Amino acid sequence: MRKRRIAIADHVAEALLFNRRVLFAFVVVVLLFGVLLLNLYQLQVVKYDEYSTRADGNRIKLVPLSPNRGMIFDRNGVLLAENSPVHSLELIPEQVEDLPTTVAELAKLISIDEERQQAFYKEVKQQRRFKSIALKEHLSEKEVAILAVHLHQFSGVTLEARLTRNYPYGDLFTHALGYIGKINEKEYKQLEENQQSANYAASRDIGKVGLEKFYETQLHGTVGYQEVEVNSRGRVIRTLREQPAISGDDLYLSLDLGLQLKAQEALGENRGSVVMLDPRDGAVLAFYSNPSYNPNLFVHGISGKNYRMLLNSPDRPLVNRITQGLFPPASTIKPLLGVAGLENGTVTEQTRVPDPGFYRLPKVSRPWRDHLKWGHGYVDIYTGIIKSCDTYFYDLAYKLGIDKIADFMTKAGFGRPSGIDVHEENQGNMPTREWKKIKHKQNWGPGDTINIGIGQGYWQATPLQMALTTATLINTGARITPRLARNFHNQQQDQNLLIPLEQTIEVVNPNNWAISREAMRRTAQQEGGTARGAFLGASYNPAGKTGTQQVINMAAGREYNAKAINERHRDNAMFIGYAPHDKPEVVVAVVVENAGGGGSNAAPVARQMMDHYFTPQADKPALPTLAEVALMQEQRAARMLEREQGYAAEKAAEAQRKLKQQQGQTTPATPQAPAPSSLPATPAVDQQVQNEQNAAQNRSAQTSGTAVTQNNNAVAVSPTTQQQKPAAESAPQAQSEENSIDE
Amino acid sequence: MNEQEHQSRLMRWHVDGPLLAALLLLIVVGLFTLYSADGHDLAKVEGQALKVAFAMGIMLVLAQINPQSYRRWSFPLYVCGLFFLLIVEFFGYTAKGSTRWIDLGFTKFQPSEMMKLAVPMAVAWYMAKHAMPPRHRDVFVGFLICAASTLLIAKQPDLGTSILIAMSGVFVLFLSGMSWRIIGLVGALLAAFLPILWHFLMYDYQKRRVLTLFDPERDPLGAGYQTIQSMIAIGSGGFEGKGWMQGTQSQLEFLPERHTDFIFAVFAEEMGLMGVCGLLLLYLFIIGRGLVIASRAQDNYSRFLAGSITLTFFVYVFVNIGMVSGILPVVGVPLPLVSFGGTSFVTLLAGFGILMSVSTHKRMLAKQ
Repeated sequence: MRKRRIAIADHVAEALLFNRRVLFAFVVVVLLFGVLLLNLYQLQVVKYDEYSTRADGNRIKLVPLSPNRGMIFDRNGVLLAENSPVHSLELIPEQVEDLPTTVAELAKLISIDEERQQAFYKEVKQQRRFKSIALKEHLSEKEVAILAVHLHQFSGVTLEARLTRNYPYGDLFTHALGYIGKINEKEYKQLEENQQSANYAASRDIGKVGLEKFYETQLHGTVGYQEVEVNSRGRVIRTLREQPAISGDDLYLSLDLGLQLKAQEALGENRGSVVMLDPRDGAVLAFYSNPSYNPNLFVHGISGKNYRMLLNSPDRPLVNRITQGLFPPASTIKPLLGVAGLENGTVTEQTRVPDPGFYRLPKVSRPWRDHLKWGHGYVDIYTGIIKSCDTYFYDLAYKLGIDKIADFMTKAGFGRPSGIDVHEENQGNMPTREWKKIKHKQNWGPGDTINIGIGQGYWQATPLQMALTTATLINTGARITPRLARNFHNQQQDQNLLIPLEQTIEVVNPNNWAISREAMRRTAQQEGGTARGAFLGASYNPAGKTGTQQVINMAAGREYNAKAINERHRDNAMFIGYAPHDKPEVVVAVVVENAGGGGSNAAPVARQMMDHYFTPQADKPALPTLAEVALMQEQRAARMLEREQGYAAEKAAEAQRKLKQQQGQTTPATPQAPAPSSLPATPAVDQQVQNEQNAAQNRSAQTSGTAVTQNNNAVAVSPTTQQQKPAAESAPQAQSEENSIDE
Repeated sequence: MNEQEHQSRLMRWHVDGPLLAALLLLIVVGLFTLYSADGHDLAKVEGQALKVAFAMGIMLVLAQINPQSYRRWSFPLYVCGLFFLLIVEFFGYTAKGSTRWIDLGFTKFQPSEMMKLAVPMAVAWYMAKHAMPPRHRDVFVGFLICAASTLLIAKQPDLGTSILIAMSGVFVLFLSGMSWRIIGLVGALLAAFLPILWHFLMYDYQKRRVLTLFDPERDPLGAGYQTIQSMIAIGSGGFEGKGWMQGTQSQLEFLPERHTDFIFAVFAEEMGLMGVCGLLLLYLFIIGRGLVIASRAQDNYSRFLAGSITLTFFVYVFVNIGMVSGILPVVGVPLPLVSFGGTSFVTLLAGFGILMSVSTHKRMLAKQ
């Protein structure tokens, strides 16, 4: 009883104590609110005049001015990337009396689709009334003309001109130049991280791929500012001060328009690539990958339909075959491998190897076959290169060993990024013991080395690496860094972008290098040389080496018959060459996919390139006018569309046939259509795009391709080569293509 | 009679009528100001309204829970919060130089937000276990409960939030009848601590903000810019204001952070001193109502918690308006229930949900 009483008393006391505290707190709250109010009274009533004046004076705003992007020229000053005005139709909602009527009237004059109109109204809601909003962008000249005539009928409607990028030569330079496009969110973030966002305050576009991306900083220029006075409604009254934007520097390339056109013409409808460079300084003269695509599509925001067509095309136009296409370099590496053998003392100029038409390792029953069934007889290094004798190089590679080969070839430029000035590059693969251990969890076998001897097996190289290593051979062990761009130019100075040669291989005897070069000269000039036919009558002392790289594995004993094989399973033709032999000025590397032998299909392309290069300036055919180029572009685009439609039809037919086969359950294997399960891994060019959506499912079984493994008829079907999986570094490509579709 | 019926129906749903009315009015005022402040983007206001509706839902759900349940869960909740803060300390997600979040994959969770309620709950739980006024030992333990979480949050670094959380705990101690002598002592200790804070614990940017307070013009384009522009906005609003959507400072984008921390300047510019008085009265009414609820509560835990939540709400209002009008340093405190935001609404309205629970469950408790 007593206890409870105390508890009750405590309750009351506690409530009382609490309420006293609450009351105290409330008084403090009211007092502090009083302080706030007093301060606000001070601001809003006592000092009203002062602040009111200051608010009125608060009328100066900074408006960023976008710099003009630097232009890009070829080596002779021909404009390759320019800034041309694009017109857009813009409305200021505040000044338009009746917005829907005005829009409807304008839509009668020029076509404005429903989607665009809705986007416009949405933007009107979000923006301030006095801000100009685009109703239609990228007006055609005709539309501009129509609008210009009728503009006076409308109030608040303006035609605005803005500069955007234009590539007058369309698909001719795409894989070198790349393109620019609207800055996406990811790029904004990156700009912020690099503290560049202020510099892009007025810019809409940024380099997405190619040189446009590589040299973005210098091409972009520096933002300018305008100090303007605005009235109380935010409209600009006058400009007070202006700090002009600084244009980006102009970029001059080493590329030559004439050579570029020649490369496109020589490749024709074939898939493939041509790269020509100067072995003396690494300047790239021609850089063309076929098929290509029109970069202007991306500048204005490519349509989903067009983008899907480019992305899913079995021809892979988005892939830069020169730097991203991976091929076993095949017989083109024989001259350099010969040098490695000579320098290491594995062979001498006099060494002769018997070639009965195959090569056999002691204790291994399976032979590696030469491409010549009956053999070349006794072969020395000259014949080995001139006639492309496989047995000689099987033997050389086996005796030299993979470690020395890999070391030498990596220094020469295989299996490493070339350092060219585009980011889209695949470094290929120069296999080593460690690489196989990590990648395949298997030990390196002698059979692997023998395949390396003819540039096959795990060896993967880009056409650019084939050209680059040829330059290393010419320069007796000094490696170039290929550069598409030669120099930047602005009012103050020229900035040279070429990179000096680097002696990466220690030379034992320069004569060893001369032996291989001499063999290459004879290949192109001497009776029996594999490239002689292509260079008959050439006056500039050419040298070269052919390569033929088999796309599918022929079952042992089966004959290769081009006509009986699906077009995409035919051999890839390759050629590396240079001229003049005594004082080389140019190196050419040509890969023509699925064309057949290198001597008869790739070497003639190189011949045309060299012929053009060595023709005196006066005798060269006149360059086409821009109108002619535009016409050519149109025709090429039409043919591409036609091809794509053909592929689609083929695919449909194939699907039909498959369906029938499944229903019939009896599947007679024909050589025309090898069952996909019997095929080894996908070639690198294809694999690169596998990450991309739809890529895999959009390829038919036939076009899914096969590992590019063996030399023509040299059917060394070692078990390891069967399991080969090219180490394609697919990520960069996939990324850059993703970036390009973001709008 | 009718009114009483109405009252009882609200009571059954555990809704405090006057408080709900005032909160709704404040939120509507906030949405209108937001529309004007943020480029007249209806979609954004709609989005904000949706978030507010969600937070309101949470408030109503929390109002249904009996205060005794809160009391039982107070300490476990606090321990959980401390655990999360430790996770943040070691594995937290870092953004803008501070580590405040736990990355859950689909969303980021900010434990300090949870502690805004968990700390006063835990202190109230502890203080309510003992009779009022508390013994010195109890006060000491109460301080410890505050200090543990406050220091962890201050380390993130999030000085503003840590001080606010510390205050919410100290309010409980104050309301529980902590002796004035200790209050004086703590005040003196704090004053002594200030130089240490200044020299050893505050970051340069924090110091700069305080310095700018005394002389905004010393750095008119840097730290002082915000304060100067917002004072111009408020001052040029005058007695009557420039009218809704007519404020030049805010519409011409001279005012930074118009829709978040500095939204009060937009309101003051467009609505003038009259509008400001109305807004302050509305806040005062909410605070008054909260204190009434606290004083009518029938157990110590409910009292302390309701009182602390209300006073902390006041601190938010005072600090925000004080910093926007240039008498307090710029710390990242939003104007409660008006500034654009999602998390802050949830935390604040969750607090009001607890207030409503205290206000509407007491009769049942009394009957027991």
